[in-house]
Amino acid sequence: MNRIISPKNAQKIMKTVFWASGLITIIILLIIIGYILFEGLPVVNLEFLLSDPIDNGASGGIAPMIVSTIWVTLVAVCIAAPLGVGAAVYIMEYTKENNLVKLIRFGSETLASVPSIIFGLFGLAFFIVFLGMGFSLFSGGVVLAFMALPTILQVSEVAIEAVPRSYAEGSLALGASKWQTVSNVILPAAIPGITTGIILGMARAMSEAAAILFVVGASLDMPYSIFDPGRPLPLHLYTLATQGTSLANSYGTAAVLVILILIITIVTNTVVENYSRKMMGR
Amino acid sequence: MRENIEEFLVEKGLLITALSSIIIILLIIFFVLSQGAQSIQSVGFFNMLFGMVWNPDANQYGILPMVVGSLGITALALLFAVPLSLLCSIFMAEVAPNRVRRLLKPVIETLAGIPSVVYGFFGLVVLVPIMRVHFGGSGFSMLTASFILTVMIMPTIISISEDSLRTVPHEYKEASLALGATHWQTIRNVVFPAAIPGVITAIILGMGRAIGETLAVIMVAGNVAQFPSSILDPVRTLTANIAIEMGYATGIHYSALFATAIILFLIIMILLVVANYFHYKKKVVIGGGYL
Amino acid sequence: MNYRIEVEDLNVYFDEAHILKDININIEKNVVTSLIGPSGCGKSTFIRTLNRMNDLIDTFKKDGTVLLDGNDIYDPKIDVVDLRKKVGMVFQKPNPFPKSIFDNVAYGLKIHGINDKDFIEQRVEDSLKEAALWDEVKDKLDKSAMGLSGGQQQRLCIARTIAVEPEVILMDEPCSALDPISTTKIEDLIHKLKKDFTIVIVTHNMQQATRVSKYTAFFLNGEIVESGLTDKLFMEPTDKRTEDYITGRFG
Repeated sequence: MNRIISPKNAQKIMKTVFWASGLITIIILLIIIGYILFEGLPVVNLEFLLSDPIDNGASGGIAPMIVSTIWVTLVAVCIAAPLGVGAAVYIMEYTKENNLVKLIRFGSETLASVPSIIFGLFGLAFFIVFLGMGFSLFSGGVVLAFMALPTILQVSEVAIEAVPRSYAEGSLALGASKWQTVSNVILPAAIPGITTGIILGMARAMSEAAAILFVVGASLDMPYSIFDPGRPLPLHLYTLATQGTSLANSYGTAAVLVILILIITIVTNTVVENYSRKMMGR
Repeated sequence: MRENIEEFLVEKGLLITALSSIIIILLIIFFVLSQGAQSIQSVGFFNMLFGMVWNPDANQYGILPMVVGSLGITALALLFAVPLSLLCSIFMAEVAPNRVRRLLKPVIETLAGIPSVVYGFFGLVVLVPIMRVHFGGSGFSMLTASFILTVMIMPTIISISEDSLRTVPHEYKEASLALGATHWQTIRNVVFPAAIPGVITAIILGMGRAIGETLAVIMVAGNVAQFPSSILDPVRTLTANIAIEMGYATGIHYSALFATAIILFLIIMILLVVANYFHYKKKVVIGGGYL
Repeated sequence: MNYRIEVEDLNVYFDEAHILKDININIEKNVVTSLIGPSGCGKSTFIRTLNRMNDLIDTFKKDGTVLLDGNDIYDPKIDVVDLRKKVGMVFQKPNPFPKSIFDNVAYGLKIHGINDKDFIEQRVEDSLKEAALWDEVKDKLDKSAMGLSGGQQQRLCIARTIAVEPEVILMDEPCSALDPISTTKIEDLIHKLKKDFTIVIVTHNMQQATRVSKYTAFFLNGEIVESGLTDKLFMEPTDKRTEDYITGRFG
């Protein structure tokens, strides 16, 4: 024990240090978001959001990029959500902690630690080279689904585990089958958590660029189907910024991304909490 | 009878979804290996790993400079991020009043959700010029990249460490306080040590994220495929190497980039295994309710 | 009369809930005072008020005074940390730290700034002997405390508390999580300890109260219905409610 500083003084000093660390963290966020919004929001207006880029993105808007992002996220969620939630339901409800479950968990954890660029290479090797497909948002969506899967699986697992056993027992005692119990009692109760997981997975898919770098192409055109090439927002920001095409539009794109994330964070924190409060009768 | 068939189909259907994560990871390993095999065979695994020059035009595929770049940036980022994150997580779990904690949590979540390109962009337009002014050179350097990575991995380390601290049984805390210890003494001697397994996990995950980061690093690290002589020199990471050159790589070059990915993944796996070893060792030593 | 603790008109609230009502009691030095009563009637809350452990709860409010050796322990000038050194507590569920047996007992000394290795070793040994645990653990002081049985863990917690040399030891149902043999050992321990310490013990077990304590207070619904010499309270209770509780008509 350091006798040079008395415990009471150490307590006071450390309290200041702790408060400082919390403050620094908030300040870091405020600086980053603040700066980007400050420079970017003036660029963002309805025209920016709804019109096509001109001159390789040096001016004009980002409408095709927004649509690309929507397509790619949709594909990702439509694939990852059933797989992730299904896997969670199976692990939690249809089996015990055996070797298969351990293997599944290990697979999911390994998947979660794969860097995004390796997903990108996989996309290249599988979709472009092996399947011979051209650039498409669909391929990007599938790759992103694989990235989002571990998140959805883990969060859904936790959500299902949190449902009190008594609900399930009540249902089974009335003579309901396993699947009836799961679909009518357990899943609805776990929905707030599962929804959070899906939203988090969605946010992950929306933010990725390295994973889809090699499969979606670089087209600036509006993608009218998921099989068209496209350029989701993060990729557009990366291209504009590294090629120095337009600082203003870069800020604008960055601002749009930041706002999307803010909306998602607010939604997961408030709406989902309110729903669970209603359901639990709190 | 009909119900039984439905139940059976449902169960098997769910089983297939459950197997998906295993199937996918196997697919990824297979395809990446298949494309990388060619260069590993012709250049040689250890030649690549320890080769000191990366010059595809001259048929040289040594990735050691990039390994140093990746590990160096990650080490620096951990050096900055771990102390600050641990302090912040202790703040949230033990010191902050409820209202402040409820404010801080969404802040951390937001930081976690910001796309990496946005961080990279911020680094490019704000941090690089500042570094140029204060440290000279181009502003693109190992240090710049590590600052950006620090901010990117802090949310991971903070949120997992905070959870770990909150699950320390509060009987330990009460026992310490009842003996006349101050809050800080209690944190330092009882609460934090008990949370160490979780903290180690948090740091491991942060480390994984740092090493795997691609675009944010490309935007601020300088991307020169050479050994850095100081932290102010530009570097290229393994991830950046792949992303930058894949656009125009063919033949052995193309395969070598896949091989880079394989080596990157191996490095990550080794780091995870080593770090997990310490995690479990700590768990066992602490004993009691943590086994 | 030599009183260590004097409580006057104590009222305790958690938000709007009025948990303790007009408590008046004096705790005599170097004797054992037990607090009995049915569950949920405020005994634990009362005892935690004596070492300000209730401060940890946001909604805690109080009226009235609690004096330790004549000083109001809730005076803003009072150092809570010092108070808890003087007034120790043994909890219902044994809560040793996930550390070695030696480190558990030495903990209190270390945080109060004692660094002398020899002194610490001696004090640890003395405390473990006083807590009647020394013989059982002297060969494994560096092993984890979590490996001890429940009864041993509780005696370890007592040793840990004694090591700090408090004046008062508060015990919140120290035996309720233990088997009968461990309980007996701890009751013997309490007999020994009262020479040097003032002990206040909350207990569910009326036989225990008669076995160990000189004075007893009967709590019901947040009030002290009756208090006085243990023998008298149990033989000739003056209040009917006391009599009903003692004879097992409720509780």
